[in-house]
Amino acid sequence: MYNAGKIIAGLIVFLLIVTYPFINRVVTKPVVDAEKVERLKIKKPKEFTIAEHMTILDEWRDSAVRDGRRIYMGSDEKKYPISLQRNCLLCHPKERLCDRCHNYVGVKPYCWNCHIEAKE
Amino acid sequence: MLEKALRGGKWYWGWVFFLFTLIGIGFISYLHQFKYGLGITGMSRDVSWGLYIGQFTFLVGVAASAVVIVLPYYLHNYKVFGRITLLGEFLAVASVTMCMLFIFVDMGQPMRILNVFLYPTPSSVMFWDAIVLSGYLFLNLLVGWTVLGAERKGISPPGWIKPFIILAIAWAPSIHIVTAFLYQGLPGRHLWLTAVMAARFLASAFSSGPALIIILAMIVRKFTKFDPGREAIQALGRIITYFMIVNVLLFAFELFTAFYSKIPGHMHPFQYLYGGLYGYGKLLVPMWISIILAVVALILLINPNTRRNETTLAIAALATFFSLWVDKGFGLVVGGFIPNPFEKITEYWPTLPESLIALGIWAGGFLILTVLYKIAITVKEETA
Amino acid sequence: MGISRREFLKVAGLSAIAGVGGSWVLSIPAKRDAEAYEFLRHPKALTAKKWGMVVDLRRFKTQEDYRKVIEACHNIHNVPQFDNPKHEIKWIWTDTFKHAFPGQEHKYIMEKLEHKPFLLLCNHCENPPCVRVCPTKATFKSKDGGIIMQDPHRCIGCRFCMAGCPYGARSFNWRDPRPFVKKINPGYPLRTIGVVEKCTFCEERLARGLIPACVEASNGGLIFGDLGDPDSEVRTALRANYTIRRKSELGTEPSVFYIIEI
Repeated sequence: MYNAGKIIAGLIVFLLIVTYPFINRVVTKPVVDAEKVERLKIKKPKEFTIAEHMTILDEWRDSAVRDGRRIYMGSDEKKYPISLQRNCLLCHPKERLCDRCHNYVGVKPYCWNCHIEAKE
Repeated sequence: MLEKALRGGKWYWGWVFFLFTLIGIGFISYLHQFKYGLGITGMSRDVSWGLYIGQFTFLVGVAASAVVIVLPYYLHNYKVFGRITLLGEFLAVASVTMCMLFIFVDMGQPMRILNVFLYPTPSSVMFWDAIVLSGYLFLNLLVGWTVLGAERKGISPPGWIKPFIILAIAWAPSIHIVTAFLYQGLPGRHLWLTAVMAARFLASAFSSGPALIIILAMIVRKFTKFDPGREAIQALGRIITYFMIVNVLLFAFELFTAFYSKIPGHMHPFQYLYGGLYGYGKLLVPMWISIILAVVALILLINPNTRRNETTLAIAALATFFSLWVDKGFGLVVGGFIPNPFEKITEYWPTLPESLIALGIWAGGFLILTVLYKIAITVKEETA
Repeated sequence: MGISRREFLKVAGLSAIAGVGGSWVLSIPAKRDAEAYEFLRHPKALTAKKWGMVVDLRRFKTQEDYRKVIEACHNIHNVPQFDNPKHEIKWIWTDTFKHAFPGQEHKYIMEKLEHKPFLLLCNHCENPPCVRVCPTKATFKSKDGGIIMQDPHRCIGCRFCMAGCPYGARSFNWRDPRPFVKKINPGYPLRTIGVVEKCTFCEERLARGLIPACVEASNGGLIFGDLGDPDSEVRTALRANYTIRRKSELGTEPSVFYIIEI
């Protein structure tokens, strides 16, 4: 083919750009053991929560609904109820905790179709 | 070969745009359903499956019926069917696609449909149905496309396609048996809880599918330069005759079991469908039309003179198709839910939006069929 | 370029499959560890080998007795009240003997029995057809206590479970339920459009050490406990009374028993 070198190089660059999110996740995920120790703290650095909250919510959801385990133990040995309405939302209003970022990036997770925002 | 579908006369384009219009109307109707919910259909807490699942059930049969052509040709060298294997395979592709679309529009949470694959559940017949339908679609596309490509080049198909063809032949009855198993293993639904369900499904599939192929073959002969052959059409006619006899017999056997045993659970759905029950009888008219059409079809099919005459054969094929379309695509599914587990009756009739969505999907299926047939026929015309 | 259109389409298709498959493989390390020690049960959680219920209709004398029980459940679980009866959602309700036990009634039935309302709900079968047919395990049997659970996050709304249930215990959200919930209980979520719902033996209350709401409101009319514990209230009631179950010939092994006085 004509310009084979340029085309193949361009394709490789394209692939790298397109798969960057997946590569980033695999490469920058901390080593499991150290991460497990870090994970136990309920009050985590903001960056960790922002990056991991989808997975955390998924795990919490399955633990509560499917396994019947509704308490999460942080490394501070404190127990927290696994519940949006009875835990996170008690301190953080939904607009600041969730909507602020979600509206900005234009995502609409459908949590609130079912779950209820505590109106205090 | 796809470009062959982009060239056609005014009848072709007129038909395609008509289909697109119906698809568009159906699509808008579906957007309405997606927003408002399945509540815009006639379904209810008691009759929780309706037109969509009924049409899916009927079309699985039509899809499986390609085997009626493919098996004699590839396994027993029945040369007469050589010209029309592609008509059967491409009808299978269009039908399976329609099946998948009907399932999709019936889901309460269609965006989660991949959960069926993400959380495989071997105990669920529906899980297996998803697998066999996907597999069948892939097989027919692969086989049809490869065989057509070989025809275009004027050579015989490559050797590696033979195992896929054998697989497709075995797969075809399985898609229909699995769909029958959706129904026949449910302990609470007496109309469906019968071993004969899978047999009835196969018999009605192998009547309604080839009946449609006969009609399509006649249309193709009239509008294109490709002639599927009178012998092929006659062979299909004989096949439909015997399968329709079996189908009607199996139905009669069901009636015997129900009404000789006099077990209420067995009798009640048939009473509701064909005689009315507890004062309800909304489905009487369509179900009796189905019976009359079946009788007409059998008379025309069994009598060799009317079967050999292509006009009366066409009428018989249409009668078979529509009789089974009502019986399987509507009566069977709705009848299973009536009476409900409390021996009460909630009736069902599709609503307008529901019907428009169904019509849109049929149009979509016919569009796929038109495009694939156009390609296949053009190739056959060019290589003739 | 020497590549034909067909070749290009084939390569593009295979690359797409490789890309999707590859990213799926890359996502595997992030799967959940179900036995992680940081997920615990509530210390007061009630546990059982198999939860069951005995319905003693002798304690239900007035319409109010039934209404209290039904409302207790429907209120705390945000069960919507649709105006269209076809869209009805109910987790617990009443019906007469011939509809609760079709095939058991006869022409000369005792009048008191003929008109007595029976409380009906999900039977939490030991051999549930609904769980067997669910393609995503959105409905499943809980490991603790054998409750037939409902995961509204996973449900795709195919309604196969509704076809499979011989007892008509399941309801579907044919529309968005939120406008139809009179008074929302903020302690429990609603459901979204297009998912199935039903009684879950108040699993969320059992997890906190509370008995089911209907049992609490029934004033002894609903006896609840561990069928696997011979000393439980339910087993005691079952030894002391003649009880029947709905459609027991189907082999579903319901865990809800009805006392028939003799």
